[in-house]
Amino acid sequence: MKNFIKKTALIVTLAASIIPASYAQKRVEILNVSYDPTREFYQELNPIFIKQWREQTGQELTIRQSHGGAGKQARSVIDGLEADVVTLALAYDIDAIGEKTGKIAPDWQSQLANNSSPYTSTIVFLVRKGNPKGIKDWDDLVKPGVSVITPNPKTSGGARWNYLAAWGYAENKYGSAEEAEKFVTQLYKNVPVLDSGARGSTNTFVQRGIGDVFLSWENEAFLAVNELGPDKFEIIVPSVSILAEPPVTVVTGNAERRGTVDVSKAYLDFLYTAEGQSLAAKHYYRPTYPNLVDPKLLKNFPTVTTFTIDEAFGGWQQAQKAHFSDGGFFDKIYQR
Amino acid sequence: MAKSRSYSVLPGFGLSLGYTLVYLGLIVLIPMAAVFIKTAELSWDQFWNVVSSPRVVASYKLSFGASLLAAAINAVFGMLLAWALVRYSFPGKKIIDALIDLPFALPTAVAGIALTALYAPNGWLGQYLEPLGIKVAFAPLGVLVALVFIGLPFVVRTVQPILEDLETELEEAAASLGANRWQTFWYVVFPILLPALLTGFALAFARAVGEYGSVIFIAGNIPMVSEITPLMIITRLEQYDYNGATAIAVVMLVFSFVLLLAINGLQAWTARRTGRTL
Repeated sequence: MKNFIKKTALIVTLAASIIPASYAQKRVEILNVSYDPTREFYQELNPIFIKQWREQTGQELTIRQSHGGAGKQARSVIDGLEADVVTLALAYDIDAIGEKTGKIAPDWQSQLANNSSPYTSTIVFLVRKGNPKGIKDWDDLVKPGVSVITPNPKTSGGARWNYLAAWGYAENKYGSAEEAEKFVTQLYKNVPVLDSGARGSTNTFVQRGIGDVFLSWENEAFLAVNELGPDKFEIIVPSVSILAEPPVTVVTGNAERRGTVDVSKAYLDFLYTAEGQSLAAKHYYRPTYPNLVDPKLLKNFPTVTTFTIDEAFGGWQQAQKAHFSDGGFFDKIYQR
Repeated sequence: MAKSRSYSVLPGFGLSLGYTLVYLGLIVLIPMAAVFIKTAELSWDQFWNVVSSPRVVASYKLSFGASLLAAAINAVFGMLLAWALVRYSFPGKKIIDALIDLPFALPTAVAGIALTALYAPNGWLGQYLEPLGIKVAFAPLGVLVALVFIGLPFVVRTVQPILEDLETELEEAAASLGANRWQTFWYVVFPILLPALLTGFALAFARAVGEYGSVIFIAGNIPMVSEITPLMIITRLEQYDYNGATAIAVVMLVFSFVLLLAINGLQAWTARRTGRTL
């Protein structure tokens, strides 16, 4: 009896190891683990890439998508979700995957163009129609009586961009980190609700009618205006903002084991082609190569002066440590 | 146990004990042990720093305070509800009886969003409360409202069957012996209900302490003011600080366990005192 079980187990393992190998010639599947607001973009992009991949290689490709808060998605990959590619909201989350699992090389961000960000965005202000509080720039957000909606940067990756945009503006304008700290503290004093994620904040601002201004990614702001009606909200572009770079990379450790390195790389390269870039622009992300995109799609994007996180904060690792880790600047805001 | 080993009416004691232990081990003890093992990677100082930081301490006060208060409110009003459902018949009673279970079945996020919509300054109820200076949504009071909502069925459902078994003859006997209504309730009915009431209280409390989904939408999540402990755990996880997250979880577990143990002890004591066996 025991022998029988052993034999069966052996056969099953052998079969399992052989079948996918031959099967993979015709069929291949990859999993793209992404964050929330990219859902519609990848939904539209995937069928186009699948078709192109079939024409090039004859393989039948299936792309599975997973969406959720960026931090939660990164943790799923760390805990063993077999992602072939990750397309998340900030480099810090991808760094964490590499650090905890060793499945992504430390220099991943230099492997694709523009810090591995095929599309970018920036932080803008969404205000109520007619802009009743007359909000034009960051300085208006710290005025008494102005109520600002932004999620909690400790729990929301997107909200960290908001916080850093404000900090970067103040440090540049008022000349020192101390002044920036004062500015940001004043700003968060004007925040009545800290939702745990970006979508929760959108809800608070749009549905609950709380707040005068909502700090938002530009693509989300466009979506809110276009979905909920231009008669309700307006987008205000501040004088300076941060360049939000949501990066993409192959989870090499997973892809190598699953034999999907080539297709994963081709998939990410596809994001940088004219088709990928146009689709990104259509979904309100700023394309990295605007010259590949029909100018009609670009006319919606106002000109913004931006600074990058590397310029202003020396990269995500340092920004995270100084501002959002326990005992960092953000904690101090609420502890005095 | 010794008694059952020497003689038991029911066969299969060894089997059922083994099954119980294995099942409990798989479902409860192993995950709990993992929490403790993960926490043990921290040194004592690190552990203490995490669990005693001012923000976390503020969240304990809110989480445990609001949970106890919510369970107490539910104990009082849940008992009234159960009483009305058992003792009176009125049109729509079946529907109301079914409605009681709704907080069990409703996804907690839906409950949270619904309550927030109701109590937000522009909501159905919020628009009348706000001018009175009562801020429910995005304030600690909102946390309490959400916890009362999700805890209600526990008390009603534990007290209801006891009330159904309680014969009205007991009350009639008390009345015929000269007890007034208050005495009848206090000396006859209440002691019989008390153990079930405590069970319901404990269940509602335990559920409230661990609640995340419904609270997170209504709380406002302002540090030091309206952050619940489960949110502090999520915050740690977002920083990939697994050990810190489990450290806070350990504190919650131990604290909850002690409280539940105390409530169970109290329940056993009242049951003995009123001459009922558990």
